[in-house]
Amino acid sequence: MATAKGKSVAATPKKAARKVRILVGKPGLDGHDRGAKIIARALRDAGVEVIYTGLHQTPEMIVSAAAQEDVDGIGLSILSGAHNYLFPRILQLLREKKMGDVVLFGGGIIPDDDIPKLVKKGVDRVFTPGTPIQEIVDYVNERIRPRK
Amino acid sequence: MYDRKKLAGIATRRKKWQDEELATSLRKSPPRLERFSTVSDEEIDLLYTPDPLSNFDCEEDLGFPGQYPYTRGVQPTMYRGRLWTMRQFAGFGSAEDTNARFKFLLSQGQTGLSTAFHFPTLMGYDSDSPRARGEVGMCGVAVDSLKDMEILFDGIPLDKVTTSMTINGPAAMVFAMYLAVAEKQGVPFRKVGGTIQNDILKEYIAQHSWIFPPEPSMRIITDILAYCADNVPRWNTISISGYHIREAGSTAVQELAFTIADGIAYVQAGIDAGIPVDKFAPRLSYFFNAHMDFFEEIAKYRAARRMWARIMRERFHAKDENSWKLRFHTQTAGCTLTAQQPMNNVVRVALQALSGVLGGTQSLHTNSMDESLALPTEQAVTVALRTQQIIAEESGVANTIDPLGGSFFVEQLTNGMEEKAMEYIRKIDEMGGMVAAIKQGYPQREVADAAFHFQRLVDAGKKRIVGLNAYQSEEGTPIPLLKIDDRVEKQQVARTKEVRRKRDAKKARACLSALKEGSLTPNVNLMPLLVDAAREYVTLGEMCDTLRETMGVYTDPAMF
Repeated sequence: MATAKGKSVAATPKKAARKVRILVGKPGLDGHDRGAKIIARALRDAGVEVIYTGLHQTPEMIVSAAAQEDVDGIGLSILSGAHNYLFPRILQLLREKKMGDVVLFGGGIIPDDDIPKLVKKGVDRVFTPGTPIQEIVDYVNERIRPRK
Repeated sequence: MYDRKKLAGIATRRKKWQDEELATSLRKSPPRLERFSTVSDEEIDLLYTPDPLSNFDCEEDLGFPGQYPYTRGVQPTMYRGRLWTMRQFAGFGSAEDTNARFKFLLSQGQTGLSTAFHFPTLMGYDSDSPRARGEVGMCGVAVDSLKDMEILFDGIPLDKVTTSMTINGPAAMVFAMYLAVAEKQGVPFRKVGGTIQNDILKEYIAQHSWIFPPEPSMRIITDILAYCADNVPRWNTISISGYHIREAGSTAVQELAFTIADGIAYVQAGIDAGIPVDKFAPRLSYFFNAHMDFFEEIAKYRAARRMWARIMRERFHAKDENSWKLRFHTQTAGCTLTAQQPMNNVVRVALQALSGVLGGTQSLHTNSMDESLALPTEQAVTVALRTQQIIAEESGVANTIDPLGGSFFVEQLTNGMEEKAMEYIRKIDEMGGMVAAIKQGYPQREVADAAFHFQRLVDAGKKRIVGLNAYQSEEGTPIPLLKIDDRVEKQQVARTKEVRRKRDAKKARACLSALKEGSLTPNVNLMPLLVDAAREYVTLGEMCDTLRETMGVYTDPAMF
């Protein structure tokens, strides 16, 4: 793992033009925000600019916040079982708004069987319970770059 | 209680033992960890001796079971009279699906019901609302109207079985529907027993299923207190809940402190609404988490009883002993279950459940091994229920009351828990009480900080979790998972539309305008208006929308 990290640093020696901006979103009606808040805080501590939507957002609200804040990635936390509706719906709205290059990732209570289907539809990465925070921070640092 | 001279002698000899024998031994084999602490990260001593208990008074601090301050338990007989109620939280899919699960659980020896509603119901939306898309029946049972409640409790006699319902924002509306079902079964309100969670303050702190802002929410709650005191005397009106605060990442002390502070706010609100304290306080109950740290949890339950008894008697001057008694439900900690090696969760649940029983719980839910992955299958929930039955019937722990009472360790933990929780309560009082503290974001911030701290400890390997950051295994252990049928949403939407078509539209409209008017008039109790609306098949979403107009809505301050 140390080498992988070293490589990624070596591959991007010059400083990014601006900080990466990530929208951490809680779509749907579930109130479990422990994970979302921990991720938001850890990303902020790692130097990422974080916008947290708060709870109970519709897909429309999330995409409109993403457009307004001009984010590079969206991380969704879903523990309600509605992931098979919410992820694809948000992807669809992003494409409609010509924001298909915004990286969509997420996590929560998501059965293994559903993950390949979500990835096939365009979700970049799905994290399952028990993922160390650093793994998610590393993922964001390595995968997501400022869009412009 | 102890001989002070002897205690002083013990303290001296303890020091000598530490300096000589222990020191020598530690040089040879140093401790495994640099710091030993509870799951809440409270430091634990190597050994507990009686010398710090010089002020401990067995009668004043513990009392006898069923006697003030109830540290040892609220009933004189405890589990020798009757075991705790085995009450598994259940709900998924349609009302038919959940009715079948209820009947299955009762047939397996469960002794009470507990209902899990899906998120749209918890948030006061009907299944055909755009807000409900993708969520119908997913995390609980879909209930939109009296029609669904009739199906949910079909064949279950509501004068014999008590039902607990986890419902908060729309607690009054769902309770009204439950009463309307009882009425249809011919059960008089005076005979209906059960619990609504109805604890809105902890929704703002942790669980986040709210609708209205704090003040109008508190008005609905005092309406329920007054209505039940007069009409449904066997109903537990609020289940003041620490469970969700803990699941959101609080420490044990924070769970205890914030929950009791919520309880104080409800009692004050009831008194301020002009209801004599002894008229409503005996029907308040509590709900705590059973987390992983065995002794810390037992100390928490014991401290909770003692604190509440003292607060009710000394602060609120309650005279009825039943107002002093803290009765509580326990649920094992969902957040401790791992998705990795899920069968290990059975063992976690057994230990947690045991702490609830040793702590004197009145009822218990044991989580199923698969709940870190999905809602439980019938097979998984059966193992969870059997876990309780094994504790009750085989382990022998239910033979005597408060078996850990008098343990140097447990008594000192209990005292420490009470002291630290009372510090928090004093701080909240200084802020102007829990409603004011919530508006300042105080408990929310404390919980978020604790959650983050714990996560960092786990990630750093300082707290070890089997299968997660210790003893990992490469191979998964797949277990069967419950899947919610996609058809549930379509069927439920169709049913609710049909309910609206078939009911007496004029009467339904009249109920809603009466509700609106009532909500705008102080001193009108909304409960009878809601029961009238439920009878006429007014839907939950319609009732809540009407009140959203007059009471406003609460939105997440989104702090992190």
